Amino acid sequence: MRAIEYPGQGVTLYRSVLPNGLSVYVVPKPGWRKCRAAFVTSFGGADRRFTLEGERCDTPAGVAHYLEHKMFDMPYGSVDSVFAARGADSNAYTSYAVTSYHFTCTDRFEDDLRTLLAFVSTPYFTPETVEKERGIIGQEIAQGEDDPDWAVYQDCLRLLFGGQHPLGDDVAGTAASIAEVSTETLYACHRAFYIPANMALCVAGDVDPEAVERIAREELPEEPAPLPVRDWGPDPGLEPVERHSQRIMDVAAPLFCAGIKLGPAATGPEALRERLTAELALRCLWGKSAPAYLALYEKGLLNNSFYFELDHAAGQSYVTLSGESADPEAALAALTAAAEKPVDPAFFLRQKKAAYGGFIRRLDDFYELTESLAEGCFGGFDPLLAPETLDAIGCDDVSAWAAEHLAAGRFALSIIRPKEEQA
Amino acid sequence: MDRTRRELMPGVYLTCLRTERFKTALLSLHLLTGLDRQTAAQNAALPGVLRRGTVSAPDMTALAARLDGLYGAHIEPSVRKIGEIQAVGFVADLVDGACLPAGEDPLEDVIALLGEMLLAPNTRGGLLLPAYVDGEREKLLQDIRARVNDRETYANSRLVELMCPGEAYAVDALGDEETARAIGYVALTRHYRTLLAECPMELFYCGSAPAERVAAALTDALAAMPRGELNGDIGTDIRMNTVEEGLRSFTERMDVGQGKLALGYRLGDAMEEPDMAALRVMNALLGGGGAAYVNSRLYVNVRERMSLCYYVYSTLDTVKGVVTVSCGIDPADCEKALSAIGRQVAAVKDGGFTDDELRTARTGVSADMLALTDQPEGLEQFWLVQDLLGLDYGPEELAALAEDVTRDDVIKAAAGMECDAVYFLSGGEDEDESD
Repeated sequence: MRAIEYPGQGVTLYRSVLPNGLSVYVVPKPGWRKCRAAFVTSFGGADRRFTLEGERCDTPAGVAHYLEHKMFDMPYGSVDSVFAARGADSNAYTSYAVTSYHFTCTDRFEDDLRTLLAFVSTPYFTPETVEKERGIIGQEIAQGEDDPDWAVYQDCLRLLFGGQHPLGDDVAGTAASIAEVSTETLYACHRAFYIPANMALCVAGDVDPEAVERIAREELPEEPAPLPVRDWGPDPGLEPVERHSQRIMDVAAPLFCAGIKLGPAATGPEALRERLTAELALRCLWGKSAPAYLALYEKGLLNNSFYFELDHAAGQSYVTLSGESADPEAALAALTAAAEKPVDPAFFLRQKKAAYGGFIRRLDDFYELTESLAEGCFGGFDPLLAPETLDAIGCDDVSAWAAEHLAAGRFALSIIRPKEEQA
Repeated sequence: MDRTRRELMPGVYLTCLRTERFKTALLSLHLLTGLDRQTAAQNAALPGVLRRGTVSAPDMTALAARLDGLYGAHIEPSVRKIGEIQAVGFVADLVDGACLPAGEDPLEDVIALLGEMLLAPNTRGGLLLPAYVDGEREKLLQDIRARVNDRETYANSRLVELMCPGEAYAVDALGDEETARAIGYVALTRHYRTLLAECPMELFYCGSAPAERVAAALTDALAAMPRGELNGDIGTDIRMNTVEEGLRSFTERMDVGQGKLALGYRLGDAMEEPDMAALRVMNALLGGGGAAYVNSRLYVNVRERMSLCYYVYSTLDTVKGVVTVSCGIDPADCEKALSAIGRQVAAVKDGGFTDDELRTARTGVSADMLALTDQPEGLEQFWLVQDLLGLDYGPEELAALAEDVTRDDVIKAAAGMECDAVYFLSGGEDEDESD
């Protein structure tokens, strides 16, 4: 494996690409008790239409997530008990962009790694087991629908992307869409996307990088398989499909989620600079130190529940801002107005310093570390170059980015209001 | 990892974990007071008010500038309920000085600011600023009301409120709306002075700095701490039996599709001389989360075999001696879920579990404890509870003890476990209806 040093951060990354196309990343963490391995496929809730070797496949919403649930079944039973018997904490999640299978352990890392690689590469579905899962996933979806924070976020994505784009649908799908999931759908998706060249294996812990690579070679097929071609539909453009939505739920005070599309996400080394510029700009405009946020906090129009996110999936980037507010429209107006003013240079330098501190501390977070390496793998950039990339971003870059991307007229706003307020 | 504990001044204790492992250093400061409905909201509001501004950084803008300049250090209000003790203060995290160029270590500056927040807030005429107190009272009210938004947590806390009438344990960490609404700046200032003078205080540090250095900086930062007659009378009353002979059931309605079921159990005799390792293994076997979770009775049977739910788990409060079981179900499945959960609890009590299940639970608890040694936040929470209970062993020792837990130990830990109350948050029309 090739070792890359990042002296400023006191980190070494070992990486290689196996002949079958799998990308392997290992960050040794000497002296740590726990190890984390994530085996991640670039296949998420947004990858619903694809072509594999000339054959087109159109799948219902929620299939990537359904597949994630069913991967834990092996011909010998549930793989859960294998990890649990060794004291490894295993789980998985599905986002719009990826499905990640991971474990954290303090003992027998190599055995757990073999189990991880084996079970994710072994599709084993029967009509009975697929049927049985529908009740569990149905309750997971029901839980999301009752969760006002989740509901207001999903409403916002629907406003931004509508029914024409996969980002407009919930990752888990709906009770109706998952009713269409069959063993055939699951096998087809596994065959297309769970191939080494579409996956990354990311490890952090006190482990031997060469052993990780060797085990990956031994457990996975040697030959590369053909890659699927994804179809996310027509370019969704920058305008939201709709601008406002409002509904009533059992909540204490109005919840809001505002969103804006940023357009196609960059790929390759430029992607890191673009993401960091955007993150820094958002931090300067809306972070917990930002004048706009603090003014709204002092006025009582925002509280600590406020947060914003920059996301990338299905080739698109978008930003969402969520929180609780007695007057969401006024809060959003003040937040978007902040984007029109240039950022103060002294304030900017402090934000940069704070962001730098954040990068250093994030290296202790194995979840963050392994998942960001996978994201970088699929996006064609190296997330560990963040400190030096950040260093080259100036105050003017940040102001220019905000002026270009955050036009007040392009925000969509979803609100969930309490019952009494409406009456 | 080197642990030291010392008393910096009367009733002010510092626990230091010295380690070179992390790039983040963590500091915390908690005043300890008895959980009480009358004062809980005031206590909960206090760290937020103190976090609004200090003598040298009078508002949030100045505080933010100071912290951003210290490589983005954070100092955040902390409000916890530990059994029937309320702990209020701050948790700070910062880049560990070992990762920065010489002379750039923010530790002393963060400690100084922490001390200032506690002892030298922005005041006028010796009183906390009305604008800050009013603002934070409203935030606290918003937080208390917003508990309904998280249906799962809400159901769990309603269970505890309804299950424990007359016990301090029923009080939420944030207090309630009625007492929160009454918060005003004059009374809060008086309350603040009393807390400073009377409450025992726990300090915690985890990072690469030697304990002496941390102790010196904290002693300096807290030099003005008034120390009066200390209130040593804080602790948790453990109720050994159920409140009534029979099981109490409560149903409330909300406009939701999924019902939330929460069951509360008293541990009974096991709390006479609690065997912490056995209790943890027992809970892991039942459904306690962590590495053994996916092999636990609740997960395997109620979720995987019966497909009744997406989430089902048990939580163990070793301080109060209470186990709660929570699950989200189709409201039509309520009876089915109740009896399935009851069967799992019975299996744990009667020893109706396999040796494999026991082994997995043991290994899981042990692995969870060892993994905890890599998490500064987890260690901070762990040691605060240990120090409050006067227990001296760390996660490694607890891991080793868990490995030795036998079938009989588990059965003994569960033997007195008795369901005291069931709470069901159901869908349908919104009409308050509690037992």
